[in-house]
Amino acid sequence: MNAPAERFAEHVNRALGRLLEEDPATVLLGEDIADPYGGAFKVTRGLSTRFPGRVLNTPLSEGGFTGLAAGFALAGGHPVVEIMFADFVTLAFDQLVNFAAKSVTMYGRRLSMPLVVRCPTGGGRGYGPTHSQSLQKHFIGVPNLHVAEASPMHDLVALLPRLVARGEPCLLFEDKTLYPQRMQVDELFRYDHLDDAGLFARAYLDAVPREQLDVLIVAPGGVAVRALAAARRLFLEQELVCQVVVPFELYPLDTGPLLGLAAQAGIVAVAEESTPGGTWGGEVAVQLYERAWGRLRRPVVRMTSADSVIPAAAHLEQRVLLGEAAIRRQILEAVGA
Amino acid sequence: MIDDDDLRRLLTIRHFERRLLSLFDEGELSGTTHTCLGQEYVAVAIAPLLEPADVVVSNHRGHGHYLARYDDPAGLLAEIMGREGGLCQGVGGSQHLYREGFLTSGVQGQTLPLAAGIALRHRQAGARALAVVFMGDGTWGEGAVYEALNMAALWRLPLVVVVENNGIAQSTPAPEHLAGGIAERAAAFGIAHELVTGDDVDGIRVQLRAAVQKARDAPVPLVVEFRTNRLGPHSKGDDARPAEAVAEAKARDWGAAYAGRFPEQFERVDLEARERIDAVVADVRRRPLSGWGAR
Repeated sequence: MNAPAERFAEHVNRALGRLLEEDPATVLLGEDIADPYGGAFKVTRGLSTRFPGRVLNTPLSEGGFTGLAAGFALAGGHPVVEIMFADFVTLAFDQLVNFAAKSVTMYGRRLSMPLVVRCPTGGGRGYGPTHSQSLQKHFIGVPNLHVAEASPMHDLVALLPRLVARGEPCLLFEDKTLYPQRMQVDELFRYDHLDDAGLFARAYLDAVPREQLDVLIVAPGGVAVRALAAARRLFLEQELVCQVVVPFELYPLDTGPLLGLAAQAGIVAVAEESTPGGTWGGEVAVQLYERAWGRLRRPVVRMTSADSVIPAAAHLEQRVLLGEAAIRRQILEAVGA
Repeated sequence: MIDDDDLRRLLTIRHFERRLLSLFDEGELSGTTHTCLGQEYVAVAIAPLLEPADVVVSNHRGHGHYLARYDDPAGLLAEIMGREGGLCQGVGGSQHLYREGFLTSGVQGQTLPLAAGIALRHRQAGARALAVVFMGDGTWGEGAVYEALNMAALWRLPLVVVVENNGIAQSTPAPEHLAGGIAERAAAFGIAHELVTGDDVDGIRVQLRAAVQKARDAPVPLVVEFRTNRLGPHSKGDDARPAEAVAEAKARDWGAAYAGRFPEQFERVDLEARERIDAVVADVRRRPLSGWGAR
């Protein structure tokens, strides 16, 4: 019997470890990331021991240490910052938007700014209104600023060095609910990648030919797992065939690799955990309208969490966050079942 | 008496800044600019204490910081006028300058963490290089400053913070925006503080040499506070100070005082600097508008 797949937190840890191992210019910065604590979500556990002096516990200064990391990057280093809860990245907004992103081109030449900011994101753990948000959308549309999201279907060991090598600042969101989960998908599904770089993962039903497709679901990171759970039940209960495409790079996003599947299905649903309004999913929908207008059978189904703060109590939190049941219900409505 | 080179640098900065204001009046410049009239000696005093590998991070009022380190008024003016040969092809303009070893940004306080990060990289890479960051008294209102000082002290970073305390933040006098003192704020982090009250560049260098050397060698951060004097408006024509305050600033001007003490040297070098800047303006004016190649 095979050993179980590694857990998502272990996978991120391995990717960070590999980066530190292979690139002496790499440092990790963040609150409580050093041993023995190893980070609030234990993602950096063991790294400060393996790489003395290169995994630095910072004061509670998200704006300060993100700006410090930008300076470190500008001077030739490769910093990877951890924002303990993605909610706190608002404290670093100035440094990211007004310096790190702009520095790439505002001096009339290209400067290298290989800054990666990891953001454990999302709800589902009862942490309440200020420790549960999905703030990806606030960073969309900033020139030179990249937004990526990890998932169990993406190999971060290969993709993380790619983010660094690009020389432009990047926010890397990691859904907190994924950390204890295994790097595998539901047993009814298999997955492949739509592109050579491995940026677009696509999960499909093992028992159905890939050409057969009723609904294309596009979902990043943690929501992708809930979308797969919805797709599983939609298949078992309604014989509806969904595929789930999981993009690694949320912005800038080239929907090119999605177009074939979007046309094939005719129905596309975009799922994200954000609140509604100015969303990433809206950006995806607009691109699909522009590029696949005549091939869509209905408007893109845009699924988000409720327009609400995120309550702490589990039963209340469930009401507002986009979950498997809400995804399933909205897809059924869209297909008119 | 200071040597001709120092005086030339001081007066080159002064004439550069004066010409900028007149170019605005003539309608030849757009946007905004913040001149360092009255404060020229700060950067000129600091410049020879630096080594080529040191990185200077400057602010909105940064023309003097640049010209004190690099004798390049044409590159700076072309940048501000959006002409060919500008430092940043006209993209950055007055407040966003870049050259290997030198950069500025227009957001107050933002640059302190940035400079601390450059200092951390220097230390980790084993370079004996400083990061030197310029800030004003008004910038002490920004929280980023304290986050940076805290990390710089905790991690013993080779960071020199040069504070140009001219007693006024845009239009708000220091007593209305700054509680307590700057020395006390440095002390709260256990960071050494040097207070400079004079404007004699040689005397300032003598005062600061050992402290800057220690920042480099130990390494440790250092705060140098200049009690300085803003002669001109915050930016262009926005001087709302009462007439007495402007007169007082004028009476404290290092330039007028120096001209009174060493008239022969002053007049000679002053003329030279003015003619040079006039020639630079004439040259840059004739240049084509800047392109913007690689984005």
